[in-house]
Amino acid sequence: MKNELKLLTGGMVMLGLATSLLVVLPYMQVRDVAPTEGLKPYTAAEWRGREQYVQNGCVYCHSQQPRAKNFAPDAARGWGRAPVAGDYAYDTPQLLGTMRTGPDLFNIGARQPSDDWHLGHLYQPRAYVPESIMPGYPYLFDIKDKAEKGDQVVNLPPGYAPAGKVVVAKQEVLDLVKYLKSLDHTYPAIKPQAK
Amino acid sequence: MNTVAILLSAFTLSVIALLVFIWTQGRGLLDKDPDGAKVIFAEGELGRIEEPAGSGSDRRLLQEGQGPSNAAAPPALTRELQERAAADASTGPLVFFFFCCAFAWLLVASAAGITSSIKLHEPDWLNQYAWLTFGRIRTLHLNAVAYGWAPMAGLGIALFILPRLLKTPLVGGKFALLGAALWNAALISGLGSIAAGITDGLEWLEIPWQIDLLFVAGGALVGVPLVLTLTQRKVSHLYVSVWYMGCALFWFPVLFLVANIPGLHKGVQQAAMNWWFGHNVLGLFYTPLALATVYYFLPKVIGRPVQSYNLSLLGFWGLAFFYGQVGGHHLIGGPVPGWMITLSIVQSMMMIIPVAAFTVNQYQTLKGNMGALRYSPTLRFIALGGIMYTLSSVQGSFEALRSINAITHFTHFTVAHAHLGLYGFVTMVFFGAMYFIVPRITRREWPYPSLIAAHFWLATIGIAVYFVTLSIGGWLQGVAMLDAAKPFMESVTVTLPYLKGRSIGGALMVLSHIVFAAHFAALVLNLGPNRSQPALFSWTIPTRRAVE
Repeated sequence: MKNELKLLTGGMVMLGLATSLLVVLPYMQVRDVAPTEGLKPYTAAEWRGREQYVQNGCVYCHSQQPRAKNFAPDAARGWGRAPVAGDYAYDTPQLLGTMRTGPDLFNIGARQPSDDWHLGHLYQPRAYVPESIMPGYPYLFDIKDKAEKGDQVVNLPPGYAPAGKVVVAKQEVLDLVKYLKSLDHTYPAIKPQAK
Repeated sequence: MNTVAILLSAFTLSVIALLVFIWTQGRGLLDKDPDGAKVIFAEGELGRIEEPAGSGSDRRLLQEGQGPSNAAAPPALTRELQERAAADASTGPLVFFFFCCAFAWLLVASAAGITSSIKLHEPDWLNQYAWLTFGRIRTLHLNAVAYGWAPMAGLGIALFILPRLLKTPLVGGKFALLGAALWNAALISGLGSIAAGITDGLEWLEIPWQIDLLFVAGGALVGVPLVLTLTQRKVSHLYVSVWYMGCALFWFPVLFLVANIPGLHKGVQQAAMNWWFGHNVLGLFYTPLALATVYYFLPKVIGRPVQSYNLSLLGFWGLAFFYGQVGGHHLIGGPVPGWMITLSIVQSMMMIIPVAAFTVNQYQTLKGNMGALRYSPTLRFIALGGIMYTLSSVQGSFEALRSINAITHFTHFTVAHAHLGLYGFVTMVFFGAMYFIVPRITRREWPYPSLIAAHFWLATIGIAVYFVTLSIGGWLQGVAMLDAAKPFMESVTVTLPYLKGRSIGGALMVLSHIVFAAHFAALVLNLGPNRSQPALFSWTIPTRRAVE
């Protein structure tokens, strides 16, 4: 090889091919797919909660993509049906996730509709799941001597709140719980129109 | 979109590409001249070792293994070596700056990495502060490696090798210096943003796109001297290392730009793009930089050209063609178009071709020279890294198969695999090259050879413990997750002992980096014994008689 132009042209053609296949074609095929019927857009609070999910890196341990029945028993765990592209129509950044240090959260809103459970679990996961290795998020809560007006006090199992104090949820974690509860994709998937 | 048509056309393209390759070989269009492999040597230099990282006796023993070479250097050789010294001198301060940054990011990344690892089995440790939560400190670790350590070391090495390969001093080094300064400023603000919770939210692409503009400017400036030097080159043949480095430097900006355009990507398509980037930044940036390093230093140290230059050609074009399309295997079983997954699996398996080409080549070049590993610190790191490239690539190909992926996807097994590639291969190779380069650019020898050995063994045992424990833990995790009769928590608890094992391996790796950085500091500050003359281009390699 004596000609750098030929070399770089060859190299860039190769990358161009890969980019067409993995970026451009999916862009044409699934980017602007219509939302699946039954999927609701996020409310403002849910969207703020989603930003908390992103900022605190929940995606590095939790996926949002149950696998199909013929591939893995995800549905049997109550994680739900296999998703279709239309289920993510409102999602950016995408949070499909590629790690399951913790369980899939595609339908966590349907599995755990309780505010108390979510708030308590985010404050101290081991209060509800003794063997959990999820970190608590104490910085999303205030510890107060006494609840003030309008405070959302977290109802923890006995022994988990600091003695003589109350644990109050900050707005961030209230939003986060709203987002988690919005993760409910129990409506039927309608096959996207085959092309 | 017709799935069958896409797969058929991808397959047809691959076969046509292969046929074209074979045809060009037959027609001599591609450089079949095996002399190409000798372009890294000066006239009359073949059979002479070059190993500035070793002590005087190491170098003598290394040279003895390659046959005697005590004859006085011919005048042509002396002239070329002077030119090479000039080429080295032209990059010295610049490469030194890149390496200082690389050391700093290596230590930052190590601290963040070991913290994340411990947090996975001690979840209540250090969780009072948002920036120390697992989701952020893990991300800081990844970004400090991906945009700090790996590019600073890799680009520094590339800037050092390039003038040697083109036999001309570096042109426009000031641009690269400014570029590196911008790049590091961008990384500092990027890591600060992630710690503060400002993030774009995509794995490998967390740094906010506004800061990414600085990376683009910095990266482009680093590329300027490479292009300028290329146009001033005094050799007609471009050595295989130049192909890898040249293409890597053009590939990365395209990847980074396409991936970071705000508002362009969404939903499932964004996931596909995410892994196109995530895998290609490994395969088309770090991997080619590290392979270029192996292809230069391995033959250079032992004074013997790459055995089969044609194989290195096949390896390069194979990588360029297949690697770009493998990213989809990160989404097997996901809601992405099926044809994309199948394509990525097929191309993942095809990667075995370039990997085999590299492996055979490295083995043949080293064959009969294994003794050299004992006396050359550079070679020891680089040869180990080369073996890890083969292992991690073959593992990666098989991991893409649906049957294996069903178990390993979503588990720590993937994390172990990623570390085998980016640490076992890329980082080890960079370590080796830095041991070679630092004495050349500082004109000082490494003061404590025993610290090099300590670094090597701590890092090697560390990554071995890391990889083995986490692979087993990840596999068991995946098997438990596939068993519907077991509650999910069982897939968590089964990993605990292995997560602890990973922390031990990680701690050894961190320790090895501290040793490496301290040794570098000692060299720079001129501490420690002054063992001998700086390892310059004195070709009077001490003979046994002279030493005794």
